[in-house]
Amino acid sequence: MVTSITSLGRNGLYDWLVQRVSAVVLLLWFLYVAFFVATHASLTYDDWRGLFAQTSMRIFTLAALLSLCAHAWIGMWTISTDYFTSGLLGSKATTIRLLFQLATLAVLVIYLLWCVLILWSI
Amino acid sequence: MKDKRPVNLDIGTIDLPLAALTSITHRVSGVIVFVGIAILLWLFDASLASEEGFNSLGGLATSFLGKLILWGVLAALAYHMMAGCKHLLMDFGIGETKEAAPIGAKVVIVVSIVLFVVLGVWIW
Repeated sequence: MVTSITSLGRNGLYDWLVQRVSAVVLLLWFLYVAFFVATHASLTYDDWRGLFAQTSMRIFTLAALLSLCAHAWIGMWTISTDYFTSGLLGSKATTIRLLFQLATLAVLVIYLLWCVLILWSI
Repeated sequence: MKDKRPVNLDIGTIDLPLAALTSITHRVSGVIVFVGIAILLWLFDASLASEEGFNSLGGLATSFLGKLILWGVLAALAYHMMAGCKHLLMDFGIGETKEAAPIGAKVVIVVSIVLFVVLGVWIW
């Protein structure tokens, strides 16, 4: 019997889709910022601050960070269920895996709150 | 089908082809980026907080070790993105054959090395 072990979505197909949509959002964000930096030969503090002071860029950045949280969660969850198994770690595997997943979640929540604080204190 | 055919599932004894090596590196680079985001967010914070912070990137850009760490994180990110782009292309059915796999892996490696150099030049 196939047991239902889900990470973010309700099933693997949904996770697969979330992983790709979030990847594209992140790719677009990094490409846009890289383009902005590359097209400003001598980038000044005011240029940089001005970019992220725009509401649209704040929302884009927040969307990128939310995508990162989803993307990293699915990735780290996959790693934890691939390697922290009873076959490799014995009876402690479930405890280690759950602690690892909790730590991942905690780090992502900190990243998200940190990013919101940075963006809205400009 | 014979039932008693030998099965080897011990991945440590299997010689990995290039595409498999780029795949595991994709995973490793993902973990590096996961940790590295803390450094990038810290730099992001410093760069927006003050002009001084922007110029020195919170002091990181003034030391060789700091630059090396930044380069390492951005290089892992660049590699992860290139390998990810290959993944997306394969989702559309491009480069899925056995013949295309090593070519795709080589393209990812070459483009990544170019990006590593570009990032290095940009940082130093």
